[in-house]
Amino acid sequence: MDSVESSSEPKSRSQLGTALLIVLALAGAWAALKHFSGGALGGGAGSYDWDFGVLWKYRSLLVSGLLYTLLFTVICVVLGLFVGLVTGLGRLSSNPLITAPLRAYIEVFRCTPVLVQLVWFYYALPVLTGLEMSAVVAATLCLSLYGGAFYSEIVRGGIISIDAGQTEAAKALGMTRLQLLRRVILPQAFKKMVPPLMNQSIMQLKNTSLLSVLAVPDLLYQGQVIAHDTYRPLELYTFIAIAYFAVLLPITIWAKRMEFGSGPKEV
Amino acid sequence: MASPLIEIANLKKAFGQNVVLKDISLQIERGQVVAMIGPSGSGKSTLLRCINLLSIPNAGRITVGEQTIEFDGARTTLPSERSLARFRASTGMVFQHFNLFPHMTALRNVMEGPVTVLKTPKAQAEAEARALLAKVGLLDRADYYPDKLSGGQKQRVAIARALAMKPTVMLFDEATSALDPELVGEVLNVIKGLAREGMTMILVTHEIGFAREVADQVIFMRDGVVAECGPPGVVIANPQQESTRAFLGRFKASSEAASSSNNVVTAVA
Repeated sequence: MDSVESSSEPKSRSQLGTALLIVLALAGAWAALKHFSGGALGGGAGSYDWDFGVLWKYRSLLVSGLLYTLLFTVICVVLGLFVGLVTGLGRLSSNPLITAPLRAYIEVFRCTPVLVQLVWFYYALPVLTGLEMSAVVAATLCLSLYGGAFYSEIVRGGIISIDAGQTEAAKALGMTRLQLLRRVILPQAFKKMVPPLMNQSIMQLKNTSLLSVLAVPDLLYQGQVIAHDTYRPLELYTFIAIAYFAVLLPITIWAKRMEFGSGPKEV
Repeated sequence: MASPLIEIANLKKAFGQNVVLKDISLQIERGQVVAMIGPSGSGKSTLLRCINLLSIPNAGRITVGEQTIEFDGARTTLPSERSLARFRASTGMVFQHFNLFPHMTALRNVMEGPVTVLKTPKAQAEAEARALLAKVGLLDRADYYPDKLSGGQKQRVAIARALAMKPTVMLFDEATSALDPELVGEVLNVIKGLAREGMTMILVTHEIGFAREVADQVIFMRDGVVAECGPPGVVIANPQQESTRAFLGRFKASSEAASSSNNVVTAVA
């Protein structure tokens, strides 16, 4: 008993915080549900007859929407990380013929709204290039490039934060640029990149909700379809908000853990 | 007479408009220990960094052992990255701020060069690395990460890391300047041991007393030129030039003041 207590001592603070957060979230959800069901018992003038029961009929649609959202997130995060790594490394080049176009790409994607980009990729790009694209392809391309622009800055920032002495020491041992990047710089930079990369990936998941404007059947799109079918938009959007929250809360808690885990090893 | 191990001919280096090295020529024999002293900004660290090409000279020729590399001042003839890397691998560099790899243990730091650059098999590299750590007196710290080592221990690991490449020459860039005074001795002892073994070394240092003790040749640099060069008995004990006398005079005064309070020769920044 004693040993269990002493070993969990350093973690107990963050565990307490996490537990508190979950309790608060559950309490909020319960209060909301109670309020909604209580509305039927005779609330104020704007009383609305909440009925979450109708959702059960559409469970398979909602599950497929959620799976679509998760699948899109994974694909766009993986492709985006690849784009971000390549462009982030490319921007460290001393050749302006490489860095200038990369800078332009990053600024274009960072300085326009992602919703505008999605619509533009689907409607305008095929006209410009003559290439017909399905909504899924256009959305994947756009979200990956959008995420890549942000990942790119994270990668570049992580690398330039490593002390120049590390590069010199690796060079002095006779390492080529590729070797010193792989053996010395990236392992150190990666640790610093993990928390912001996590953050950006969480944003990516939320951004997939914009796919619904291109009629990609993600969680939000399915919700809209069901809402039209049932005239129950309030229940639907409430459910969808809770679904996103339920997926992201564990991920953010896990990301926080990673952050703490990599922290003390630094310096 | 055998040709010198290291030969520097007509070396020039400028950072933009600022000319740091003006036509330096030097010869160093195998097994010699050369101390470079001089006021800060005189170009001694830049010269050292040019010898292993961490700074790329604008013009001149550098020979280290078998390898010669030439710079004619035109950007188009810059040597390839691969030949720069090969050249650097034959020189061992020890930095003022150690620059150990923080994500590797002391042992992995020492193994890194042989494994990654020389493609030495891991088992062999580990055995050699342990022998080198024993040589600098840190075998019991093999599995420690750098942040758990003192400054003096870090610098000794850094020396072992450079030695692991079996370099033709060891270069020390103010290797004790960042250390607490009580830790300077352990690092100087390691360098002294290397000198006894016949390692060719070039030291940029502020430890005049140490330079006098271990160096075969002392180079006094001022404003990007070699102002004076010769055995320590001449350059330090009996300098010919006014600027050398003035520089050493300041050191003598401060080191005498220091040695009256304790017997450690302090580095003066």
